Amino acid sequence: MSFPWANEYKPSHPLMQWLDEKLPLPRFVYNAVGAGYPVPRNLNYWWNFGILAGVCLMLQIVTGVVLAMHYAANQGVAFDSVEHIMRDVNWGWMLRYAHANGASAFFVVVYIHIFRGFFFSSYKAPREMIWLLGVTIFLLMMATAFMGYVLPWGQMSFWGAKVITGLFSAIPVVGEPLQQWLLGGFAPDNAALNRFFSLHFLLPFVILGVVILHIWALHIPGSSNPTGVEVKTESDTVPFHPYYTAKDGFGLGVFAILYCTLLFFLPNALGHPDNYIQANPLSTPAHIVPEWYFWPFYAILRAFTADFFFIPAKLMGVLAMFSAILVWFFLPWLDTSPVRSGHYRPLFRKFFYLLVIDVLVLGYCGGSPAETKYVLISQIAATYYFLHFLVILPIVASIEKPAPLPFSITEAVLGKDDQTAPAA
Amino acid sequence: MADEAIVNASGTDTPAVHDSVGVDEGVRRRDFINIAAVSFAGVGGLAVLVPLVSQMAPSADVLAESSTEIDISQIAPGQAIKAVFRKQPVFVRNLNPTEIGEAEKVDVASLRDPQTLEERTKPGKKNWLITMGVCTHLGCVPLGAGEGEVKGEFGGYFCPCHGSVYDTAARIRKGPAPKNLEVPPYEFTSDTVVKIG
Repeated sequence: MSFPWANEYKPSHPLMQWLDEKLPLPRFVYNAVGAGYPVPRNLNYWWNFGILAGVCLMLQIVTGVVLAMHYAANQGVAFDSVEHIMRDVNWGWMLRYAHANGASAFFVVVYIHIFRGFFFSSYKAPREMIWLLGVTIFLLMMATAFMGYVLPWGQMSFWGAKVITGLFSAIPVVGEPLQQWLLGGFAPDNAALNRFFSLHFLLPFVILGVVILHIWALHIPGSSNPTGVEVKTESDTVPFHPYYTAKDGFGLGVFAILYCTLLFFLPNALGHPDNYIQANPLSTPAHIVPEWYFWPFYAILRAFTADFFFIPAKLMGVLAMFSAILVWFFLPWLDTSPVRSGHYRPLFRKFFYLLVIDVLVLGYCGGSPAETKYVLISQIAATYYFLHFLVILPIVASIEKPAPLPFSITEAVLGKDDQTAPAA
Repeated sequence: MADEAIVNASGTDTPAVHDSVGVDEGVRRRDFINIAAVSFAGVGGLAVLVPLVSQMAPSADVLAESSTEIDISQIAPGQAIKAVFRKQPVFVRNLNPTEIGEAEKVDVASLRDPQTLEERTKPGKKNWLITMGVCTHLGCVPLGAGEGEVKGEFGGYFCPCHGSVYDTAARIRKGPAPKNLEVPPYEFTSDTVVKIG
């Protein structure tokens, strides 16, 4: 589970010794995120985002549980109960803004975490399972965020619910009954609102469970690192505590500054004014868009405007949108290069930056109205997106000549490693 | 320990594991009892899923809201109203002769969802176009029924969400929607009253 040179937990206080015999929880924590967990010595700030994502999850759970004490999931009063939280409940405005912007912060952090994984190929053996669990967490996050956005029962909530459940109606034969089953009616109504509230409360704890599996799977091979070279000796590692607790603490401080700036100075910057209008089933807002974190995928959904062979445009868009995430599950087997880190892969690196730009373009188009030029750009960008994963990555892996790798993490950091002396 | 548990759970005991019991070949009483017990519990477990899945479907009160009567006497030719059927908008449109003409001169075979205006209206009531106001793409309410709303380039309805365009018979002509606006089941209870559902 860990490297042989890991520090051993030795409680000195009799009470802790007693506890260690009955329930070795402190030992577990010590070995997981304490001095008993050796971590590569060269982790940079991109490695802060896993902990930050965990902090965001806890923030969302705490604010969410508190908000649920004041919210009423009934289509007659849901909108008013949110206004009640904003105006009457002590600190309600802050808790709600913290929760709504917390979702955005969570997605920012997780997107950086995912792209860290792309650049440093964190998904490669022996860490495939960590990656697969991570993609699962992301899918669960998307479902949770979507259902949470429906709860205030504003115009965007209602029409978001209608459009997203409408995606399922694209499935041949069972699509429409399935949509009615999901909603418990013919359009989003009380039944839908209630079940979304129930699931929105449940799913974060499911996410927490998968996060535990994610970290468990991480602790078997240990953290990856910016060189992509595996840990060889004790000099390649430092104990998690105090080295990375300190580094993560600093990162958390920077994150908190940015998050509080958003929360206290721009609380509505990422929201939509239309969601302060109560849901009206008879009038669609002129410009409906999802929250920013869904924009790239929404652009892919809208990119399909014509039937594709025998598949209708609508089904094709839905399939493409889901495939855009599902393709990540296959990443460990699509990128066959033995070198992990983008630092030593000159050609891969260029395509990585192109992918970043491509996803930003998709995001921009997804947030724009459905006009011809944005649809056209989305079509090109969506094509490139799939080309990157399905064609470019395997080809680059086979033709690229990677730069020479350092012998060890220690050599990469210090410029020399006593272990390399015989070889040199 | 773990290995033994897996072997037992899958019900594929191999004689090797139970050598000590001194088994002969063939099905033993214990195998039969194991499979019968697990099957019985499995069927029972699956049966429990039925109410859990079924409770998600539309409830009786939701299904009961499934008919609506509409007075159409005040709708002048060229005008339309929005009504509500099953908590969803319905467009009731009194087509004027120009609109009927435009709908009829289209080559039906060239349409994505081929249907004539006759097929979408009641006999002798060709001017009354009654459709759901629910875009067949992802369910937005298309514009065109209200006074002064954009009707799109084919003079019918235009969905602002993803740009689907419907013609004067509410047939899909352009954009991502796969089907024409749905015609709900309805009947004329008199010349001025329509019962939907």
